[in-house]
Amino acid sequence: MSQKNPAADRAPSYLADEHGLRTWLLTTDHKRIAILYLISVTAFFFLGSLAASLVRIELVTPEGDLLSPDGYNRAFTLHGVVMVWFFLIPSIPAVFGNFLIPIMIGARDMAFPKLNLFSWYLLVGGGSFTLYALLAGGVATGWTFYTPLSTMFSNGHVVAVILGVFIVGFSSILTGLNIIVTIHRLRAPGMTWFRMPLFCWSLYATSVILVLATPVLAITLLLVAAEHLFGIGVFDPRLGGDPLLFQHLFWFYSHPAVYIMILPAMGVMSELVTAAAHKRIFGYSFVAYSSLAIAVIGFMVWGHHMFVAGQSMYASMVFSLLSFLVAIPSAIKVYNWTATLYKSNLTIDAHFLYALTFIGLFVIGGITGLFLALLAADVHVHDTYFVVAHFHYIMVGAAVAGFFGGLHFWWPKMTGRMYSQLWGKIAAVMIFCGFNLTFFPQFLLGYLGMPRRYHSYPEDFQFLHVLSSTGAAVLAVGYVMPFFYLLWSLRYGPQAEDDPWDAAGLEWRTSSPPPTHNFLETPIVDFDAYEYPPEATHGRS
Amino acid sequence: MDDEFLRLWPQAASDHAHAIDWLIWSFTGMMAIFVVPVFVLTILFAIRYRKGTRVSRDHRPRGSMKVEMTWIVLPFIGSMIIYLVSARLYYEVKTPPADAMVIQVVAKQWMWKFQHPGGQREINTLHVPVGRPVRLNMISQDVIHSLYFPALRIKQDLLPGRYTALWFSATETGRYEAFCAEYCGTDHSKMLATLIVQSPQEYQRWLSQSGASESLAEQGEVLFRQFGCSGCHGPAAVAKAPTLEGLYGRRVALHDGTSVIADQAYIRDSILLPHKQLVAGYEPIMPSFSNVIDEEGVLRLTAYIQSLGEGEQGEPHADSPRNPPPEETAP
Repeated sequence: MSQKNPAADRAPSYLADEHGLRTWLLTTDHKRIAILYLISVTAFFFLGSLAASLVRIELVTPEGDLLSPDGYNRAFTLHGVVMVWFFLIPSIPAVFGNFLIPIMIGARDMAFPKLNLFSWYLLVGGGSFTLYALLAGGVATGWTFYTPLSTMFSNGHVVAVILGVFIVGFSSILTGLNIIVTIHRLRAPGMTWFRMPLFCWSLYATSVILVLATPVLAITLLLVAAEHLFGIGVFDPRLGGDPLLFQHLFWFYSHPAVYIMILPAMGVMSELVTAAAHKRIFGYSFVAYSSLAIAVIGFMVWGHHMFVAGQSMYASMVFSLLSFLVAIPSAIKVYNWTATLYKSNLTIDAHFLYALTFIGLFVIGGITGLFLALLAADVHVHDTYFVVAHFHYIMVGAAVAGFFGGLHFWWPKMTGRMYSQLWGKIAAVMIFCGFNLTFFPQFLLGYLGMPRRYHSYPEDFQFLHVLSSTGAAVLAVGYVMPFFYLLWSLRYGPQAEDDPWDAAGLEWRTSSPPPTHNFLETPIVDFDAYEYPPEATHGRS
Repeated sequence: MDDEFLRLWPQAASDHAHAIDWLIWSFTGMMAIFVVPVFVLTILFAIRYRKGTRVSRDHRPRGSMKVEMTWIVLPFIGSMIIYLVSARLYYEVKTPPADAMVIQVVAKQWMWKFQHPGGQREINTLHVPVGRPVRLNMISQDVIHSLYFPALRIKQDLLPGRYTALWFSATETGRYEAFCAEYCGTDHSKMLATLIVQSPQEYQRWLSQSGASESLAEQGEVLFRQFGCSGCHGPAAVAKAPTLEGLYGRRVALHDGTSVIADQAYIRDSILLPHKQLVAGYEPIMPSFSNVIDEEGVLRLTAYIQSLGEGEQGEPHADSPRNPPPEETAP
């Protein structure tokens, strides 16, 4: 299993194959496109973080003294729009999905390489357009664009921002389509569905959501624009519309979108845990099917965002029940990861610390999600900081830990360089501590009654807000550190071996970084995923 | 709102608030049973099975149906018990008792307006008597707002164009904060109110001192004449318009052959959008008052029409006891 890929000695790596900016901007190589995505989502991540920093600094004092009320409202809108659509949704699918799926299934490229490049241009084009609108005049609707506030009571930039999000939606749809077709059509000989790494299963489930849910967002945003521009009554009651219709349509997309953000991170987790444990995952098929279950049930729970919105009481009860159901597949995954560590042969590298961070934060975020699904409890904590804390534990704590874990795990493969393990571990610990200090106090704030999206607040809440802002400073340092030591490694890091972590999987059987066509010869797959020795205590056979 | 150095748990001013606290703690306890093993075992395994430790790694399991079923079924059964408790509490908090005192609430960017049955009006302050169920009949004049009383553990969105309800029965006198919980634009965080729960005697004193000479219905009667409604709907009307005596709560036949209960939503629509539901046998001659009468005016007119007598025919109307309150009848 550990024989060298002969390609490594003959074919140049995808990085060294061609040179010049032009070869990057016109590339159809899935690996180069993944790098383009990595650069762009990193830029969006820092922009979104900047807006978050403004919000956290403002909230140090109860009075609104740093920003004007509208300035504050624009800051959290910018933060939400950029983080959700320009960072979280494309992050893992477009970066690691693009880079790894063809390699993991033994293919030369994605099914539609040109479409793949086009979807990157859509992200950058739509993102820049939105960014211009957000910075030029700003939008103060929140990332949720609730009507009639967004249609009848806001300035003209709403339409521009909506158009940008609409364009980026197509990037999501095309990426999802590409992944689905690639997994169906391009698996190497012998690579059956149940021999695929679980990362592929989770990305497949994610892509199904991307393709089915994103069009609903597109339709909804077009209707908002139509009402805003032409006064066509869809959502505004004064024009004969229904404001709750918007919330139904919006959450029909946006709740599955939460799974677009977390499912890929779960896929990364399955790879990190097995690679660190040097052991096959416990309950492969349960973990695989749970991804599909999340994708399917995730479409039927949107109404739990509307328990106090004026939705029928009985509808709320059904949505609450379904929300408990959708928690089961997530629980299955967490239990199976834990069981995988049993009788393992564990090495504790930086990426495993990110995996532990994921488990810790995801479990807290998931459990508090059930508090919110709990009808009568939600009536109290809905639209408070409890909700803010909950979804940050999932979408920032867990999803970004998954992204960073993946980055540390596959960095040697993507760049051919090793980074400093020590710095990697320090950053992981800082992120874990900083994150909890930032967001745990927000659960208490929310239960105390502090509503979200408040520019100023009663003095009772100040202590917890100061704690939270202090944590945000620690978290910011933790998030910025990898930027430096990873870039440093590009120049000064030692050369990576083909399989630096002693991990199984096709991506570790090609060179680091891989040649342009991934493998010199199409691999024949006659082994299961995570084929680690069943009883061994040392190394690999 | 008493001054404490550091508050980590909210005040509780009703039985419902205590029930919610109990629900939260019992759910936390149950979840701890299912979650603590994950944290403990992860750390334990990570130490015990580090590479190079001399422990047995024979008979590594690839999976186990029994184990999988255990951690699927047990947490699900556990959470279903709590779900049922919670659904019951939700039903109660969504179902106002028949004898509740009704206070009208109109929200607009960025203030709360309350009006008591006796006609007393207040802005950003709400006085209520302790120990008596209060139902808030609420509507928004512009965007969506949400009235939130943390000490009562309840909130409800206020929608433009549709009535929603919120009810509570406070058990502790005192002053409590109220917030707007649904983001509503520039001064969202300034849209605050104070709930003042008083003893019945104090509340009566406050009612008599707050200078309302006319009840809600009497104020509605003034509007009824002022806007010329009486010209067509009054006893000595010349134009042909339906009479309003005994209308409230009655089943009304419409010209398209359907029928509708004349509840407050119907009366509001008939004033603001008179052609939406035309009464059988009448011409569509009534003008719309949508740019003339605001939500508070509509509430007063509705109170006046209600005071003209409630209909007996037909099925119970939307405000009747233990029937879904107005917000449950989705459009």
